[in-house]
Amino acid sequence: MIRTLGRSALSVVFELGELSLFGLGALRGFFAQRSRLAKLTLAIHEIGVRCFPIIATVGLFTGLVMGLQLYYTLVKFGAESALGTAVALSLIRELGPVLTALMVVGQAGSAMASELGIQRNDEQIDALQTMSIDPLGFLVGPRLVAALICFPILTAVFDLIGIFGGYLTGCVLLNVDAGVYWNRVFESVTWADVQGGYIKALVFGVLTISICAYRGFNTHRKAGFPGVRGVSESATRAVVWSSVTVLAADYLITSFLL
Amino acid sequence: MDAFLKIRGLKKHFGENRVLDGVDLDVAAASVTTIIGKSGIGKSVLLKCIANLLQADAGSIELDGQAISQSRRRAHSDAGVSFSYMFQNNALFDSLTAYENVALPLREATALKPREIQERVDAMLAQLELSASAMRFPGELSGGMKKRVALGRALITKPQVVLFDEPTTGLDPERKFSVFEMIADYRERFGFTALLVSHDIPEVFEISDRVAWLDAGKIKFFGKPDELNADAQSALSGFLSKANYGRRISSHGGAK
Repeated sequence: MIRTLGRSALSVVFELGELSLFGLGALRGFFAQRSRLAKLTLAIHEIGVRCFPIIATVGLFTGLVMGLQLYYTLVKFGAESALGTAVALSLIRELGPVLTALMVVGQAGSAMASELGIQRNDEQIDALQTMSIDPLGFLVGPRLVAALICFPILTAVFDLIGIFGGYLTGCVLLNVDAGVYWNRVFESVTWADVQGGYIKALVFGVLTISICAYRGFNTHRKAGFPGVRGVSESATRAVVWSSVTVLAADYLITSFLL
Repeated sequence: MDAFLKIRGLKKHFGENRVLDGVDLDVAAASVTTIIGKSGIGKSVLLKCIANLLQADAGSIELDGQAISQSRRRAHSDAGVSFSYMFQNNALFDSLTAYENVALPLREATALKPREIQERVDAMLAQLELSASAMRFPGELSGGMKKRVALGRALITKPQVVLFDEPTTGLDPERKFSVFEMIADYRERFGFTALLVSHDIPEVFEISDRVAWLDAGKIKFFGKPDELNADAQSALSGFLSKANYGRRISSHGGAK
């Protein structure tokens, strides 16, 4: 049993090392690429623009539900005036970065893992290598840089729309005073809260996109099956591991920030 | 024969399976050498080792007298040598047009100016009779056209050696013949050295200067196509007869 545990621990350490080298290689490769701006624009479209509608929708409904739930909790203590504080801080500190990351993983991360897996199976990645084009810099680098740009922006969008959702249920439906709601939002949120949310967004962006790209890129080595089944397994594992990593990293970062 | 591409003692294994077990091969400059052998015997593995897509366990590969099997990437750039690889399934990028696929290696791996790239790609597409389909995506092209786009992409960097991995897979007999003609024609026009893996026996012998038979991890026969019969060992004869070589050669009236 100890041997099995040791072997598993070593395998996790090896995988983490390989993942880190993969991410670093992609970043280094990106800056050695030609026409970086064009590739970055495409990647921003893939991660940022295409994820915007789902982020806005989930942000709105999260805010609506939080407004509802927190109102009925706070009203028991006669503290419904603190609704703005509760909604804003929960979203900016925790839910915004975490749910944004999970949504991007579901939308862009799974697509990325599948696309890279198909490109691996179709020998397109090998073809890049034979053309002396660095596949990591060409395929993964732009997406990683785009994640660094898009995750904080998408998180900010999620937070703002979520806070507006809280206003809709709290003030429009449940008659909390709008002036009090917005006043509490502006008073309670400090720069440190916003900064913490952005740090999380950046970390989640690098982790999730690296994991999704890593799983897809290494479909031939990491998936247990060849062909189409291997691609689907890569996509599934990419989503599962990215989501678990987001939650684990959230706990770690929060414990450091608080 | 002066060997332009010289392979010595090349070994590659996957687990317990010794796929290449000391391959020796000499390929002359501007020639077409075809590797034949049973499916799964390691022909594509050999090409991939030469192209650095797989790392050989042992052995050396020299191109024009310069070793390239150690630290391949550096050796590629230092020696200024160049390999191109034409994949069995073409490996074209679905999201790029035929033009963009052909231009890709020039755009990404050279410092050529956009105008120069455009001129070269336009000329290549014209030579391949693909000008009218330049803006079409691979999904909109026929099998033969895809092969030509893949060939254009392989040749656009003016490589010294082009490795063809079963270039006629999935094509009808007529298209197979035209792909072989195309390879022979462009080899004459561009002067590259071609190393070909093919199962199309005896059609492929029409364009081959030399044939290498890979069996049990080694090159067991190397010679001109018309030497196949005279020098045929019993195992090679067995392989060739299974490939209908004897019957078809008599109906063709000769291999070459």
